Parts: sequence; structure tokens; C-alpha cells
Amino acid sequence: MKVLIPSPLLSYTSAREVTAEGGTLGILLADLDRQFPGIRHRMIDEQEQVRPHMRIFINGEQSFDLNQAVRPGDVLQIIQALSGG
Amino acid sequence: MGTVEMSARNYGRKATSPGRTARRVRKVLLLVGTRKGAWLFRGDASREKWRVDGPHFLGQIIHHMMLDPRDGKTILAAASTGHLGPTLYRSVDRGRSWQEIKQPPAFPKAAGDEQGRVVNHTFWLTPGHADQPGVWFAGTSPHGLFRSEDGGETWTGCPGLNDDPQYREWMGGPQDGTPDGPKMHSVIIDPRDASHMYVGMSSGGVHESLDGGRSWKPLIDGLEVVEMFDASKVWFHDPHCVRLCPSNPDRLYQQNHCGIYRLDRPATTWRRIGRNMPKSVGDIGFPMVVHPRNDNVAWVFPMDGSSVWPRVAVGGKPAAYVTRNGGRSWQRQAGGMPKSRAWWTVKRQAMTNDQCDPVGLYLGTTSGDLWASADEGKQWVCIARHLPEIYSVETAVL
Repeated sequence: MKVLIPSPLLSYTSAREVTAEGGTLGILLADLDRQFPGIRHRMIDEQEQVRPHMRIFINGEQSFDLNQAVRPGDVLQIIQALSGG
Repeated sequence: MGTVEMSARNYGRKATSPGRTARRVRKVLLLVGTRKGAWLFRGDASREKWRVDGPHFLGQIIHHMMLDPRDGKTILAAASTGHLGPTLYRSVDRGRSWQEIKQPPAFPKAAGDEQGRVVNHTFWLTPGHADQPGVWFAGTSPHGLFRSEDGGETWTGCPGLNDDPQYREWMGGPQDGTPDGPKMHSVIIDPRDASHMYVGMSSGGVHESLDGGRSWKPLIDGLEVVEMFDASKVWFHDPHCVRLCPSNPDRLYQQNHCGIYRLDRPATTWRRIGRNMPKSVGDIGFPMVVHPRNDNVAWVFPMDGSSVWPRVAVGGKPAAYVTRNGGRSWQRQAGGMPKSRAWWTVKRQAMTNDQCDPVGLYLGTTSGDLWASADEGKQWVCIARHLPEIYSVETAVL
């Protein structure tokens, strides 16, 4: 499925749009990390929680649940809530 | 509390290299970590001219960088951003190229309903003992001690500290400690014995291990705490920076939230040598620097610890202070620095020395100026202005 990458993570993917596979959000992020090592830890902490300033949308709906099912054709958008100086 | 069983194999033994004699130096490398990236400054032994290399990692917070003295070429850089999770970068060519490491320090996944801990950032990096190539230690925020055995590529927690129930209590939670979170710092390896270690916890006291980090005991006797608090309670202690003298590993100096101290092992009671500072200046600050070859010589950068703790150069008149007699007296060293209206703040990792003879001193301010002295503090020059907020300054001699 299509994954849209925010600018702070472009150093990993070198592309705004990449593809990854998986039946759940967690598996999909693992596949993303397999392709782009290190990217998952910048978004998901060691307690398997989405980091405070990261937001993940599946087909426009926000999700914090790594067990949420995803299907081919879904669009995953990763957004970073930039703030501060 | 504060009583530590002595290990006869350690105390009293002299250090071998690198602390006893001056090294022949060809180049000096400054590693400057800032709130918005890293800069390297390359100079020759005269330390009069510097070549600037940077920014590296522009926009990322670089908390600390260290070069591995065992191979002279590996550098680790502890990075985070305001938004992404923390990571480390590694260079094996003295900073010319960098690769992100494979597995940054991270706490174990919590079991069941337990509240899990999350590393916000790696705050402190220490290369391991000379006899243990590839071993590194990292102190994190919130408090955590981590060890790498592969040159910093992967890290595992040190459960003797991180998971000990008593230490968990002393560490407090993510909201305790400094305004930027609790800091595990001053990870020190005794050059005579890899199993003999010290750490500082801000807040949470100074601690010693005699078994390579498997078990720890507090080392806080003699240290003062903020008025009206109980000095027997470990969690009230706030060491800012602890340094071991390379020329005499039995001697420790400490800049604490409540003064400047010295400890000569095997004794376990710190002496407040900051009482000998001028009363008008006081003995509050963050960095502590020790001479690489003379254990009677150390430097501090005092800051205003009155009222709401401004933490700026006292009276707007920045100065380093040196002792040449183990803290019995202190002399002001401000040659070349602004004489007034300079409200500098210098963080605990942002003042250091090199190994040259005479010793070079370096400090970075939160207002982004980098200052150096090539004559042990007598005269200072500004070697860079307008950098971002400086978090750390480390040196390497090549």
C-alpha cells in the first residue's frame, strides 16, 4: 500500500511516497523499517506507542493502534506535528 | 549510606597512560554539539587557527559527541529532534561521513499493565576501558545506563542500575530532575580497572560500581542538598558533573547543584572545596574540568545560583576559576573574555580540556559562542560566534 512520508523522515526514504506491505499497521511499519532501517524507531517508541508528535492516518482516519488491520489499496499518511523553535 | 566496600586492587594504584605524560599532539579536534546540529573544529597543536566543518545533522539536537581514543577515528553522536525519536550516529572516519546506528538505547517493553519507560534522548557517551575495545556506555534521559559491545551499533540496558527497585525509586519519573528531564551523566571508567565505575544522576546522586555495573552503591556522604531537604535522601542530591583525574584515578572532582567538591578514595566523604571560592562569586555551576596530568589542578565556570537560579555568569562578568592546590584556593581567569554585560550560561558538557602541554581549555555558551584558551585559562579567544545553543564540547588529540 501507499505510504506518504513527511519531510523529517525523507532522509530515510529519499522519496515522498513509498510502498509497504502488511496486514496490520504494526506489520506494515515493520516492513517499512526493513526497507528503510531505523525509520520505525523515530515514529514508534519502545513501548509500542506512537511518539507524541507523530500522527498516522489510514485513509484519512487517525490511528494509534498498531494492531489495526490495513488492506491493499489503503493509503497511509505519516504526519509530524511541527512546533516550537 | 555512602559506605562502599573498598576494592584493594584499585585504590592507591597509579594510572598508566594516558594520564601521566603529555602526548605529542599534531592535531586537535573539537566536537561541538548544539541544539540545531553538530560542528567540528580542526586545529593544529598551536591551537591558533581552526578549520570549521559543519553543520552536520542540521536541525537535530546533538546532545553529546565523543571520539573513541582507542582507535582514534570512531565518533558517536547522540541525536534527537523535537519530534522524532532519539538515535545515534556513528562515524569511523573522524566525522567525514556518518551512518545511523542499528539499535539505539531503549528500555525493555513493559510487561502487562506496567508503565513502560521511554528513552527521550541519550545525554552522555563514554568510551569503555582501554582493554575493552568496542565497549561504550550511554547515559540517557530519563535515567538509564546502557552498554554497547560493538562500537555503538547496538545497545542493551544495564539492569543492575536501570531495573533495581531501590534505584528506580531514587531515579523518580520523567518529570523529575532537570527542566529538560532527568539526566544520567558522568559515566566514568577507572583507567586501572574496567569493573570500577561511577555515574552521576541529576537528580539522584553519585554512585559507584565495583563489578562492572552489575551492582551500585551511593557515594553521597558530605554532599549538601538544597536548604530544608534531607541530605540522607539520595533523590535530593543533584551532581552536575563529576570528573576523575587521569593522573590520579583516586581523586574525583564534582560540580554539584550545591557546591564544588573533591573526593580522595578510598575515603567516601566529599569535601566542599567550593567554600574557598570568593564569596561574591559562589561555587554554583555546571561544568567541571580536570587537568590531564596534575590532580591538583581543576577548573570551573561559576554561575549565579541565587534567588530563582539565573544560571548566568555572575554579575554578567564571565570567568573560569582554577585551583592549583586541590581546591584550597581559586584564581579568576577571564583574560580575553568580556569584562561586563555578558550573561553567559555554560552547560555541564560544554567545557572541557585537551591533552596538550600547556593544556587547552574550551567552553561553549548557550548563546552560541565557542571560546578557547591555549595556555591553561590565562587568555581566552572566541573561535566561533553565532552557533546555535551549545550543548556539549569535547576534544580529541590526533
